[in-house]
Amino acid sequence: MKFSLLILGAPYSSQSSDTALRFAKASLACGHQVLRIFFYNDAVNNGNALITPAQDEQSLPKKWQQLAKEHKIDLVVCISSALKRGVLDATEANRYEKSADNIQPGFTIGGLGQLVDAAINSDRLITFGR
Amino acid sequence: MAKSTSNKRILIVCRQAPYGNALAREAIDVALATAVFDQNLALLFIGDGVWQLLKNQQSESIAAKSQQKMLAALVLYDIEDIYVDSEALNSRNITEDELSITTKNLSSNRIVELLDNADIILNF
Repeated sequence: MKFSLLILGAPYSSQSSDTALRFAKASLACGHQVLRIFFYNDAVNNGNALITPAQDEQSLPKKWQQLAKEHKIDLVVCISSALKRGVLDATEANRYEKSADNIQPGFTIGGLGQLVDAAINSDRLITFGR
Repeated sequence: MAKSTSNKRILIVCRQAPYGNALAREAIDVALATAVFDQNLALLFIGDGVWQLLKNQQSESIAAKSQQKMLAALVLYDIEDIYVDSEALNSRNITEDELSITTKNLSSNRIVELLDNADIILNF
């Protein structure tokens, strides 16, 4: 089956992102396909490359990057959620004249149309709330 | 198992009171984005989500964008299937004439049907 995921929870504050990561891995291990993972609301922080967890804790941004690379999954952070939470790629950093960009490699910034497209083109869209 | 990619029944469930957190507003953003795709879209307001529907919101006093104005945009995007849990209205003592937009009020049995008939449910 073809899945897409919608994640709303902030990494490290909520279990939501970690549960979604585990769901994605379990689905792939069962032979399902994950088309796109859409990060909305506080979940856009999953794509923040400056996140620095303690050494004995996992790095969610890196784990997502690794998963996306291994399985060719589209990781999209919502542009309106991302900009107001300070998650920027080089293009947006230039556009708004910010001193740096901070998006984790493997993530792209996109619009809500990509969430709707994922919903339409997947067998199931699973939401991981806050 | 795979359903046709055209004309899915998409239901957006709005459960949050306005202003307390961003999801109330962001659910409507998703609805407006969905409207430009040629799909069968409906909205359902349940629980504290029904507070979004009240008239006379004065969001400028907390420097927030008006949820009432967001909801007013739905009709401009031809989104007309807007359902409300009538029990949620009753239990909060909200009457229909206090709502800012035209809604279709449903009993819990009909809500179960609505959820059951949706291909995709986006829950905010």
